Amino acid sequence: MEKNEKALYAELDAYIDAMPTKQGALISVLHKAQDIFGYLPKEVQTHVADKLDVPASKVYGVLTFYSFFTMTQKGKNRVNVCMGTACFVRGADKILERFERDLNMKANTTSEDKLWSLDALRCIGACGLAPIITVNGKSHGRLVEDDVPGIIASCLEEKEGA
Amino acid sequence: MHKTRLQILICGGTGCISSGCLEVEDALVAAMEKHGIRNEATILKVGCFGFCEQGPIVKIYPDNTFYVQVQAQDCEELVTEHLLKGKHVDRLLFKSPLTGELCHHHMDMAFYKTQLRIALYHCGVVDPENIEDYFGVGGYEALAICLTEHSPEKIIEIIKESGLRGRGGAGFPTGLKWEFGLKNASDKKYIICNADEGDPGAFMDRSIMEGDPHAVLEAMAIAARAIGADEGVVYIRAEYPLAVNRLNVAINQARKYGMLGENIMGSGFNFDVHVHLGAGAFVCGEETALINSLEGLRGEPRLRPPFPAQKGFWGQPTVNCNVETYACVPLIITKGPDWFKSVGTPKSPGTKVFALAGKINNVGLIEVPMGTTLREVIFEIGGGIPNGKKFKAIQTGGPSGGCISEKDLDVGVDFDTLTAIGSMMGSGGMIVMDEDDCMVNIAKFYLEFTVEESCGKCTPCRIGNTRMYEILERITKGLGKPEDLVELRELGQTIKDASLCGLGNTAPNPVLSTLNNFMHEYEAHVLHGKCPAGACKDLVNFVITEKCIACGLCVKVCPVSCIHPTGTEMPNGKKKFVIDQEECIKCGACIPKCPPKIGAIIKE
Repeated sequence: MEKNEKALYAELDAYIDAMPTKQGALISVLHKAQDIFGYLPKEVQTHVADKLDVPASKVYGVLTFYSFFTMTQKGKNRVNVCMGTACFVRGADKILERFERDLNMKANTTSEDKLWSLDALRCIGACGLAPIITVNGKSHGRLVEDDVPGIIASCLEEKEGA
Repeated sequence: MHKTRLQILICGGTGCISSGCLEVEDALVAAMEKHGIRNEATILKVGCFGFCEQGPIVKIYPDNTFYVQVQAQDCEELVTEHLLKGKHVDRLLFKSPLTGELCHHHMDMAFYKTQLRIALYHCGVVDPENIEDYFGVGGYEALAICLTEHSPEKIIEIIKESGLRGRGGAGFPTGLKWEFGLKNASDKKYIICNADEGDPGAFMDRSIMEGDPHAVLEAMAIAARAIGADEGVVYIRAEYPLAVNRLNVAINQARKYGMLGENIMGSGFNFDVHVHLGAGAFVCGEETALINSLEGLRGEPRLRPPFPAQKGFWGQPTVNCNVETYACVPLIITKGPDWFKSVGTPKSPGTKVFALAGKINNVGLIEVPMGTTLREVIFEIGGGIPNGKKFKAIQTGGPSGGCISEKDLDVGVDFDTLTAIGSMMGSGGMIVMDEDDCMVNIAKFYLEFTVEESCGKCTPCRIGNTRMYEILERITKGLGKPEDLVELRELGQTIKDASLCGLGNTAPNPVLSTLNNFMHEYEAHVLHGKCPAGACKDLVNFVITEKCIACGLCVKVCPVSCIHPTGTEMPNGKKKFVIDQEECIKCGACIPKCPPKIGAIIKE
């Protein structure tokens, strides 16, 4: 694990060192760091701050401003429920509630066993398929509440099979 | 360019990818190989055709047949019938819901009849990942004209003459913006393309970038030539991976063919573009916030003046336009400003792209001349409201816009008319709502969005919107007071007047417009503790009526087991069911389970 982490930091450093200028680079670096680590814990933040020679408070300030960045590790199964307006008027709130109920967790959290992350997402722009969700990157459109248990079950099967 | 007997165009927009177009492409290739005709047809994955509701869409040339909802298992039949025998596969054609007629050609459909594509001119026509396709339809010709025949002043004169206004929402005259950019002398200037389409339910800009990225790049180069810039940035949402990818492909191809980079077309003019990923902040659609974000800062708006055309990106003169605005530019140059002005209304020439969604039959991307009425958009192009429900409202302009009621449906849409009826153009999202949508709840939905997205810089926006949200929360819970309605108006007006940027200036619009157009719904909540649409949970009870036949279907789905056999006894000895109101979580799962001919469960 230790060694693995070192490699991840090295990858990030290589990216930063290859940048033509560090001026204004913070957001691009955070994108890369999140790509590499999956999330942006305190250690990664301070590392980025040192590397770019900016205060850690600035790194924290910027990353908390943007919803794309996260400071918590996501679960194995990532359920994103689109809560854009088109999905909302076609009942996305009911889909989200059903996931909350069936997974016994709140929206925008990760379960303690790190098996699930359930997030309400801004528009993914597939309004023709509203309400739509993505599960581990795959989209499921025109959902009704009763589809939810099947989706959860198929995730569990896949993970077990893998 | 494509010298095969047949051409097959598959919609490759995000909507159709979600509905399975990639699987369709694979299945088509496999079926053609199986029948030994792979080399008789070219398959192109093109930009959005617009009719997302009916995706995945497949168009076959030369006879221009328009197939809808094509799935992988249909491909064998498409190949054997259409490609081999030249017969239409009728079951995959669009059937007019009004007349029941089959539509072979897209122009036979009510959805397309009144549409006119300018910004989406090449979308669904060219392969967005192949610059030669774009050359084939006259691409980069406008740039060539601007580099060889027109002075910067002349380019600006043409754009001013065309009357093009910014499609990002505010409708500022584009030519004027460019003129400011030219007049502010500096040895370094920037061109920015605002592709941070944050309005939920809007996907115009994304579709343009996915379907016709070169038009945007060409227009940016033209703008750069007009103001004297040599560097451009596309600020795009990280949530649009396909658009980001296609833009990057297009930029690399344009560089390779000498359409970007140094000494473009041998003219001595240098201009290059790179892509910058946003990180999920709605306020970054505001141009000064966008510039802060580009500089690696929190996306908080700056005071204006100085305007970006004076001091923008890194303190240099910067011109920033929206994707759709740029997409109109090449055609204005090649076809002339008079052609552009011949479409639309005198004060808002041209067309506007809208993302039509919500409770509407034909969800999709549409482009219509300015001045088209909302009624035409909803009931002709959009095909009306599904499931026989009644139209209630159409929301334009996203979280900055307002809800428009039946009485204003005959207004011809342009920048000024929408503002006059308390909404705004915004970027072009249009969400249709029916009788089941509670307007107080919808206003709350939008406000929740702005509360979350307010950058926090200005107190009226940060705190005022939060207070408004709390009031709406109270009202939807049945705890509202009559004076809340007065307070909402006062707060809303203050926030509009006292905020720095467009987000705060418009955030109260969804509330104010619903107060104006749907006051009776607010009153029903506040005065009578009722939600007429039955959407606000705290004001609705689910009840089983005497019609119950004790079948027990509802009991099985109730997640909290609150339906008990404690009602009147029936002749067979079974007892009718009753919902325990204390335990009920009002999820509504029971209603669809009750057989429609019984219909014993109601909301009251």
